[in-house]
Amino acid sequence: MVQHRTIGRLLFVSANYLVLTVLALLCILPVVNVLAVSLSEGYYVGAGLVKLWPVGFTLKSYAFVAETPEFIRSVWISVERVALGGALNMLLTVIVAYPLSKEAGQLRLRTLYVWLFVFTMLFSGGLIPTYVVIRELHLLDTMWALVLPGAVPIFNVILLLNFFRSLPKELEEAAHIDGATYMQTLWRIIVPLSKPALATITLFTIVAHWNEWFNGLIYMNMPEKYPLASYLQTVIVQRDISLTTDPMMMERLADLNNRSVKAAQIFLGALPVFCVYPFLQRFFMSGIVMGSMKE
Amino acid sequence: MAHKRWAREMPLHLLVWTGLAFVLVFCYGPMVGIVIAFQRFLPTNGLFNSRWIGFDNFRQIAEMPDTTRVIFNTVYIAVMKMVAGLIAPITMALLLNEIAQKAFKRTVQTIIYLPHFLSWVILSGVLIDILSPNFGIVNDLLGSLGMPHVYFLGDEKWFPFVLVGTDVWKEFGFSTIVFLAALTGINPALYEAAVIDGASRWKQTLYITLPGIVPIMVLMATLSLGNVLNAGFDQVFNLYNPSVYSTGDILDTYVYRMGLQNFQFGVATAVGLFKSAVSFVLISVSYVLAYRFANYRIF
Repeated sequence: MVQHRTIGRLLFVSANYLVLTVLALLCILPVVNVLAVSLSEGYYVGAGLVKLWPVGFTLKSYAFVAETPEFIRSVWISVERVALGGALNMLLTVIVAYPLSKEAGQLRLRTLYVWLFVFTMLFSGGLIPTYVVIRELHLLDTMWALVLPGAVPIFNVILLLNFFRSLPKELEEAAHIDGATYMQTLWRIIVPLSKPALATITLFTIVAHWNEWFNGLIYMNMPEKYPLASYLQTVIVQRDISLTTDPMMMERLADLNNRSVKAAQIFLGALPVFCVYPFLQRFFMSGIVMGSMKE
Repeated sequence: MAHKRWAREMPLHLLVWTGLAFVLVFCYGPMVGIVIAFQRFLPTNGLFNSRWIGFDNFRQIAEMPDTTRVIFNTVYIAVMKMVAGLIAPITMALLLNEIAQKAFKRTVQTIIYLPHFLSWVILSGVLIDILSPNFGIVNDLLGSLGMPHVYFLGDEKWFPFVLVGTDVWKEFGFSTIVFLAALTGINPALYEAAVIDGASRWKQTLYITLPGIVPIMVLMATLSLGNVLNAGFDQVFNLYNPSVYSTGDILDTYVYRMGLQNFQFGVATAVGLFKSAVSFVLISVSYVLAYRFANYRIF
């Protein structure tokens, strides 16, 4: 009986390792396949010989992408967007989360404020009215259309608010007794104590801005103003090559395998996320992501 | 006294108002813009000078042949995603929980969380490539197993299931986090007692682990209720094409095409309003339920 149970256990454990390995591979192999295609000679890609390892290793596709002016331009727009939008998001997250982390007794109207913010997570005007508002404010075709509408990320505010509340109250009380103003307390005590939480939220914000493609697509009439995510959406998903105007580039594209070029663009588009990921990943279990789940 | 209190708290109010200003313009502003649903809206006339037509836009929607199909697709796809999106991560968390080797567990977790952080633009680029009927690696595999090639993204019978499958593929890893956290919260003394009573690992899973995470399962299921009309715009928009509209077109993509491609602002806003209103009711109900039964609060 005992023997039987251990054999069963052994079988289960082996099967479990196998299943989990397969599932992990399922998550990563599609990306590996695309990477292999991007690094392979066009001829082998066309012949369907490239699976998970590059065949006829070459960087031609990457060289082509690096010389596509539209691609480079959109990368810079994305960088600008991440810097501006990320900074604005973080500033507003901190200055909104701090007052709202107070108890209702410490801040009048706190409950009303919280509901005004939370209500926007429950109900929205919808795509068309939002578009019309952006248009009426003359923000179309400007960077502001990409960074202002989501300037206060409510979900992050709630995460940070819960984190602020978990800090020992005595610190702030002590600071107040020593005559510190709210602003001094926030910037000299609360913010330095919240570095890990702020780092996590910053990384999430960066990834969100880098990945966001839809606003760029609808608020920019001119493709020259697309951030990278929107540019990739048109080139890779809509397969619209009208954005490539230079005849010299068209000629080179015909020479290369279009699939390799697309694969290179996909990989480059995801590269910053891969770079940030190891740092992001460290924080998952540390509790801040669970911030919304406690109480 | 009251006056003094206002003065003392003023810096805090100013901070809130700064954030509130953005929210008022960009979230509440569009809510005012909902009036478009009751107008024959002309962009040149602006929000309040367009002709008011009452419920005509809604009447038009009710008469359009596409409406029922789009609503059906939305609910069908969303509900399948909700169910699969709950079962897959729970199973995954249970399996991961049985792994004793820390390094292996961490590696698997690191890999399966990754797709969550890639956007649907990137992932659909990957999927269009690997699911291609001509050169895709998936059809290569099917071919070598002697099965016929499938045009996953072009076949209306397959498309909804491709959506559900790829959505689970993207999110199942990340969704395990909540359940893994719940699993670590189970009192180890329960397992020790069970072992003394001679319970096998399977029995322990059945009578300790599963009941231990039932509350969080119920909570996640309840909270997902609000998504019944959310079939996933980002995903569908980046994967669909006219040949799968019959089974893959959802409310959000419909609003987009109707509004921003055909410039039927009024009708598109009305469809959007329908979606927002129903979702609002569903989300509110799910939060009330979650609060009543799990004492869950978001702030």
